[in-house]
Amino acid sequence: MSNWSLRTGSVLVTLSIFLFWQVVTASGLVQPIFLPSPSSTFTNLWQGLTRGDLFGLTAATMERMIYGWMLASLGGILLGAMVGLSPRARYWLTPTLELLRPLPASTLLPVGIALFGLQPGMLLGIIAFGAVWPVLLPTIHGFSAIDPRLREVARNLGIGPLAFAIKFGLPNALPDVVAGMRLSLTACLIITVVGEMITAQEGLGATIMMAARSFRSVDLYTGIILLGVVGAINNTLLGFIERALMPWRAGRS
Amino acid sequence: MSRRRIEVLLHALPAWLVPLCLLGSVEIAMRVSGIQSDGLALPSQIAGALVAAIADGEIFLRTAETIGAISLGVPVGGMLGLLLGVWLGLSPRAARLASLSIELFRPIPPVAVIPLMMLIYGLGIRMEASIVAFACFWPTLLLSRDAVLGVEPRLIEVARMLGLSYRKQITKIALPAALPRIFTAVRLTLGIALIVAVTTEIAANPFGLGYAIISAGLSLRPEVMYAFLIWLAILGWLLNAGLIALHHRLFGQAYGDVA
Repeated sequence: MSNWSLRTGSVLVTLSIFLFWQVVTASGLVQPIFLPSPSSTFTNLWQGLTRGDLFGLTAATMERMIYGWMLASLGGILLGAMVGLSPRARYWLTPTLELLRPLPASTLLPVGIALFGLQPGMLLGIIAFGAVWPVLLPTIHGFSAIDPRLREVARNLGIGPLAFAIKFGLPNALPDVVAGMRLSLTACLIITVVGEMITAQEGLGATIMMAARSFRSVDLYTGIILLGVVGAINNTLLGFIERALMPWRAGRS
Repeated sequence: MSRRRIEVLLHALPAWLVPLCLLGSVEIAMRVSGIQSDGLALPSQIAGALVAAIADGEIFLRTAETIGAISLGVPVGGMLGLLLGVWLGLSPRAARLASLSIELFRPIPPVAVIPLMMLIYGLGIRMEASIVAFACFWPTLLLSRDAVLGVEPRLIEVARMLGLSYRKQITKIALPAALPRIFTAVRLTLGIALIVAVTTEIAANPFGLGYAIISAGLSLRPEVMYAFLIWLAILGWLLNAGLIALHHRLFGQAYGDVA
């Protein structure tokens, strides 16, 4: 089969999944309270988007996610660079980091609520703290795995520690850092949604939880679709950033 | 344990005192300042709460609930993902045909289906297991597909030349060659399953370790909350370390790349 027909086939497979969904709901095999028809779901999605309220909810969730991600990335890269470049810091801090790392990020939410109450800033802090690990650990590795000869060259050229971190460390760590930032953004989305569910702060997470509690399944499916869209935007965005920052890796998938 | 490993451990020993010293200074600082908070607890109180939870068996009950949901969900989601993944890995045509659907459905975050499963199953183990299954399906699908794609193509060619049937190509060549990487996929999936199960419990399900953590936090018993957190961290660490050790035992050092 040619490239073109495979691509068409791929679209057809997807369409047939939606057709199957429509047939199942239309035949009454599944009650609409559990699985509303795709037509009513997408009509609801379209109406919500044109009215504008779904845009606001999606934007609230994305804003929280992006701010948390930026905080986590910044913190992870700065801390990771310092720990990675100093063997002494690495020696003393590794066990502590190893102990903190295996905690699922969502378990920090109860801690945040107990410590700071239900403030918007608390949620943002928890998102950032929970999503810092996927950036921090690869950054430490990337900065510590610099070829010793490069260190010697830098010393002979009289390059200072800051310039060394930027000119040698960062390019060396970049693939690890970007891969970590990708995982971190996924973690941010998950913690954001769970955080919104628990703290009932405005956003898609709280909205779908409320929809499920009040048996509004069309709204629930609409919210899930929008969260899938946010996830897809994240993937596309990061693929773009990866290609822009590391053009030499573009050939590899 | 080899002599080399003991030396490595001894070398790292002083650094392991750092977290202990941190805990000690927190204890002293809190006692001296006499601080009162609903979110903080003395490290000694936390240790006491951990011992108490172990002594009255509550911690094991909660752990059993969480692990029960995982052991129901992982086989379902994992097997489906594995079968589909191996198939897509063996047939490039099927992989191309499924690519758009995977790209569309895969980005849905697993936590987004928490309310959906709550609507369908109510609260309880079935709801949690189905979320775990959903969360495990995608990584096993993609990782096992990549594991099979990573099998040396010449092995498959040889199998075809020898006239092995399609079934034998799979069972004799592709699967054994992909097994170490599939095992890594299983290890990563189990880690995800634990996280998703606990997250479900924190977000909605009054069940298991996650619920123990959030209910202790909300009922102003921070020492119990931290005790369960520590237990969960130990559990996650043991799971990962145990599976890495098993990986080495099964496949030897030849496949040192377990990350």
